[in-house]
Amino acid sequence: MNTVIHIIMIILILLVLLTIAAGLIYVERRMLAVWQDRYGPNRTGPFGLLQVLADMVKIFFKEDWIPPFVDKKVFIIAPTIVMMAVLMSFAIIPFTPKIGVVDLNIGVLFFLAMSSMGAYSVVLAGWASNNKYALLGGIRGAAQMISYEVFMGLSLMGVVILAGSFNLRDIVEAQRKIWFFIPQIVGFVIFFLAGLAETHRLPFDIPEAESELIAGYHAEYSGMKFGMFFVGEYLGISLISALVTTLYFGGWLGPHFLPPIVWFLIKMFAFILLFILIRATLPRPRYDQLMSLGWKLLLPLSLLNLLVTGAVVLYGHL
Amino acid sequence: MSDISSILEQQFPEAILAKQPTKDEIPTLWIRPTDIREVLLYLKHRVEQPYRMLYDLTAIDEQARQHRGGQPASRFTVVYVLFSFERNAFLRLKIPLTDEQPAAPSITSIWPSANWYEREVYDMFGVKFEGHPDLRRILMPRTWQGHPLQKCHPARATEMGPFQLPLEKQRREEEALQFRPEEWGLEADVKTENFMFLNLGPQHPGTHGVLRLVLELDGEEIVRIIPDIGFHHRGAEKMAERQSWHTYIPYTDRVEYLGGVMNNFPYVMAVEKLAGIEVPDRVKVIRIMMSELFRISSHLVWYGTFAQDLGMMTPVFLMFNDRERIFDIVAAICGDRMHPNWFRIGGVAQDLPKGWDKLIRDFLDYMPRRLKEYDKMVMRNSLFKRRTIGIGIYDTDEAIEWGVTGPGLRATGFEWDFRKKQPYSGYDQFDFDVPIGKNGDCYDRAIVRVEEIWQSLRIIRQCVDNMPAGPYKSDHPLTTPPLKEYTMQDIETLINHFLGVTWGPVIPPGEAMVGVEATKGHNSYYLISDGNTTSYRTRIRTPSFAHIQFVPMISRGYTIPDLLAILGSVDYVLSDVDR
Repeated sequence: MNTVIHIIMIILILLVLLTIAAGLIYVERRMLAVWQDRYGPNRTGPFGLLQVLADMVKIFFKEDWIPPFVDKKVFIIAPTIVMMAVLMSFAIIPFTPKIGVVDLNIGVLFFLAMSSMGAYSVVLAGWASNNKYALLGGIRGAAQMISYEVFMGLSLMGVVILAGSFNLRDIVEAQRKIWFFIPQIVGFVIFFLAGLAETHRLPFDIPEAESELIAGYHAEYSGMKFGMFFVGEYLGISLISALVTTLYFGGWLGPHFLPPIVWFLIKMFAFILLFILIRATLPRPRYDQLMSLGWKLLLPLSLLNLLVTGAVVLYGHL
Repeated sequence: MSDISSILEQQFPEAILAKQPTKDEIPTLWIRPTDIREVLLYLKHRVEQPYRMLYDLTAIDEQARQHRGGQPASRFTVVYVLFSFERNAFLRLKIPLTDEQPAAPSITSIWPSANWYEREVYDMFGVKFEGHPDLRRILMPRTWQGHPLQKCHPARATEMGPFQLPLEKQRREEEALQFRPEEWGLEADVKTENFMFLNLGPQHPGTHGVLRLVLELDGEEIVRIIPDIGFHHRGAEKMAERQSWHTYIPYTDRVEYLGGVMNNFPYVMAVEKLAGIEVPDRVKVIRIMMSELFRISSHLVWYGTFAQDLGMMTPVFLMFNDRERIFDIVAAICGDRMHPNWFRIGGVAQDLPKGWDKLIRDFLDYMPRRLKEYDKMVMRNSLFKRRTIGIGIYDTDEAIEWGVTGPGLRATGFEWDFRKKQPYSGYDQFDFDVPIGKNGDCYDRAIVRVEEIWQSLRIIRQCVDNMPAGPYKSDHPLTTPPLKEYTMQDIETLINHFLGVTWGPVIPPGEAMVGVEATKGHNSYYLISDGNTTSYRTRIRTPSFAHIQFVPMISRGYTIPDLLAILGSVDYVLSDVDR
């Protein structure tokens, strides 16, 4: 019986996530429009809500075209990796005390492993496309991954020290007194920046850089294979927002007048909107600028953060 | 300062063949072809107050010209226009080429910027330049037959016979499009070297139009760039030879398509100079006002797209909205938005409509708030600064050497604005500053343009506050279309009116070049009239042509993202490059 409920829950979470990711297309377009003095999609259905449906129908029915010059197998595998890696990461997110796929002891580490997997998608897509723009995008993706992965992991360790666990449920429970973004403000900012880079969102959309590399690593993709990158990006945004919520903003915790799942979703959507707002605001740095930001500023900073957190915890125990 | 013609006559008594009077009063000298390099070297380096800029280099096919008035015999005439900043004066030198297979000495070793100009003359006239490093077609396709600006080349599709594309011809065309690095002066051997070629454009969102750049890359670092232009070539200069003086005005609108009536400006002023028309004050002020509106509109497009090149999404939408407000005003006054085709020979098309001043005043009150917002959003953004400061630097000397004018020249710290230095249409009556930069990098070019928007607002406000009363057209028989009120009074004006409207005006023979400080730099029209209803030769000297030629020099050693920043900061329009 338990297994059945578990499987149903997994399927439900999957469906809800995919719906959210698709719905984000609409949310992003509308919000960008609001911030940019224009309307955005407002013709299809009430408030243009059916635009999502129209987009999905369009993208599913497009010809599934594989250019003759590509490395076929890798070309097909690449977009699936990003989807899988992100969806797998969601397995460890505790939406509420009861809702969640698995309760891993090494939750944080599992996420880090999966996020590294995601970078393969960019590199392989860039390589397999056999296109110079895609290749440049892939190279940039690899360079970007190397720079942010390191400090991303380190920035999380402050939380782990405070909670004394890699388990995300324990981390949420440990925030009953105080949400971790207050003691871990530095870690939070660094993790959020790394999250932006992880999802290839502006200002860190360097591997796709539309005004330079046109679409970078996914220049040759079309139809649903492109859709996988696209949905993968929105899933990535949701994932990072969910993680920030869990790790720094007390997950499902909140006053009792609203159920835990609502608290979780409110916080998550706040961060999703922040992602979109950042996209509407900032220009794109050069990728060597991103690398030097990562290695010269954020890495030392996250190490320092770790050191101070460790010292404080140690001192507190003495 | 003694007169440059007498200096040259003293210095090169043998070389000067003739002195030619022109309507624009630019000293015009005929030089023996064999001496032209000597004379140019002297003018560039040795003469007091030298002519450091090769402003333009073009040619004239003299075959069909009737009124040559004492000019030396010539089949093709190559025209060099130099500019001296110290003298604030142009100088025109002409060399006669009498052969049917004309050839002139190349001056690329004196001015590297002559490279593209000589290629264009070769492409358009078939004049060969001896000693040119890379003499191939530049604007026309490689497979083109003939040289379009020769008088014998057909000007209309109907003169050319039906177009056919048999398989064999299609293959030949496709073959000609193949990329062979060695033909571009690039290394062919990619295997042993650590670089790759990247074809950027002609369809690329960062090139703002159909510009193709072939990059030689080391990683993302740019080793060399070879620009390929001509995709936007519409033969504007050839069209001028078949349209009447009047019906050519709409074509000028489209030469620099962001500048709108700013393009009519030098053209109609040149025709007026040939015809000897003095325009009323109201016309002058109206022209300035509309041109400055278009300057703002063009700079807004640049502002937004430049930000977008650097990955900023939002500014372009906001700025296009503001531009739309300008177009609403332009449409209310002129009846059309981007290409109003509104200036006329001797005036403007209509008088200002009722309530025009309220529209403009509202805009003048609205715009400063927005500009301040953009300043916060774009110019003061630290990421934006990091992407633009210290990128694409050049100094004043380089700029002059390569024929750079406009904001690109002022960004190097050199205060030179033709509206101030050679005021036309009454710009000397206006109170405005000439913004300059310091370092000549992308950021300074941006600062200069943003500041120019403010100055244009100032000029427009002065126009609104002091708009003179009076006619909107000059009372001159060659004004086109002429004022209607007298036509019903006497037969002479009726005949003139009839001819002016049916044939178009007959402009007296002569030559005149008039330039304006356009949105992108100095834009001028060099018109030659042979006493006919059409122009004998129309030369459009556009700033973007020189600027694009300069891009490879300032992008070497930077990366692809920097190249996009440089391209954005240069602010060119491909229609302005190719004409």
